Amino acid sequence: MAKVLVVTSGKGGVGKTTTTAAMGAALAQAGEKVVVVDFDVGLRNLDLVMGAERRVVFDLINVVHGVAKLPQALIRDKRLENLWLLPASQTKDKDALTEDGVGRVIHELRKTFDWVICDSPAGIERGAMLAMRYADEAVIVTNPEVSSVRDSDRIIGMLDSKTVRAENGERVEKHILITRYDAGRAARGEMLSIEDVLEILATPLLGIVPESQDVLRASNVGCPVTLNSPASAPARAYHDAMRRLLGEAVEMQIPSERKGLMNLLLGRRAA
Amino acid sequence: MSVLRLFTGRTASAPVARERLQILLAHERSLRGQPDLLMQLREEILAVVSRHVLLDPDKVIVRMDRGKHVSTLEVDIELPNGADRAFASAG
Repeated sequence: MAKVLVVTSGKGGVGKTTTTAAMGAALAQAGEKVVVVDFDVGLRNLDLVMGAERRVVFDLINVVHGVAKLPQALIRDKRLENLWLLPASQTKDKDALTEDGVGRVIHELRKTFDWVICDSPAGIERGAMLAMRYADEAVIVTNPEVSSVRDSDRIIGMLDSKTVRAENGERVEKHILITRYDAGRAARGEMLSIEDVLEILATPLLGIVPESQDVLRASNVGCPVTLNSPASAPARAYHDAMRRLLGEAVEMQIPSERKGLMNLLLGRRAA
Repeated sequence: MSVLRLFTGRTASAPVARERLQILLAHERSLRGQPDLLMQLREEILAVVSRHVLLDPDKVIVRMDRGKHVSTLEVDIELPNGADRAFASAG
């Protein structure tokens, strides 16, 4: 059965697009048929992070308005044959998206794909609302920082009230993904700890992605970090998160580049 | 963590962040789904006062300070000079 997953956060710059690309690629590698959909109309970037920016002809708005058929707008990944991208429009206004139109496109995508991953724009406006509207599950990308946690709380409230599932008395399954985590700073009390964030948001944890140069390097070359440097700490974190999303029980740990850091972490836990 | 602090001499700021968030979110969650009380109060106070005095809507300031136990609402209305006359001619 197809699952619609929204990657959302409220706050900008926390890692939604990176997460969408990395998780999409990881799921595709695991044999799932995946489409990643960019909802950031006017400010599309998923195409760039996926390395497909030069192959965009039609976009989500064209499909919503019936200018293009869905298969014409879908771009197949050059590295993974069961990974596809539906880009956002760069020129149109976000008001060009309609609820019915998005509903039709999602309905259509559900027939072909195992996973429909919606990359939400920042904010709580129309684009963000529509990205989460039809979701079955949500990954709330959160940085261990006050403004990000506050915005995540707001988004959780919206997932519980403004989605189709919520209106039908069902639940959107929510997961927190902590990104840009710096274990050293958390241990020194300079950064909110994982426990703090989870207690405040009262939502289960999907994974912890450490702050890493590999994420920037991957976006520089237009390749999801899970493909670009699969052995790197963020790639392993995303890979673990992907397996949890598929229902596997994977022990929660914070992947690190160096062994010393892991020891430091264990030391902190014992303290 | 406290031993580390002893060495670095720095106070951990994460506990402050945590407490601020907990207080703030308790407020925000209780208000969720309700109409914006501040805006509503501002509109209604404005309507009442402007029934009697000609005033500049931009000169009405409504402030709220949310405390842990008590919250205060402060309404600051600047009346133009000659407000009485304006009232007399309007009436």
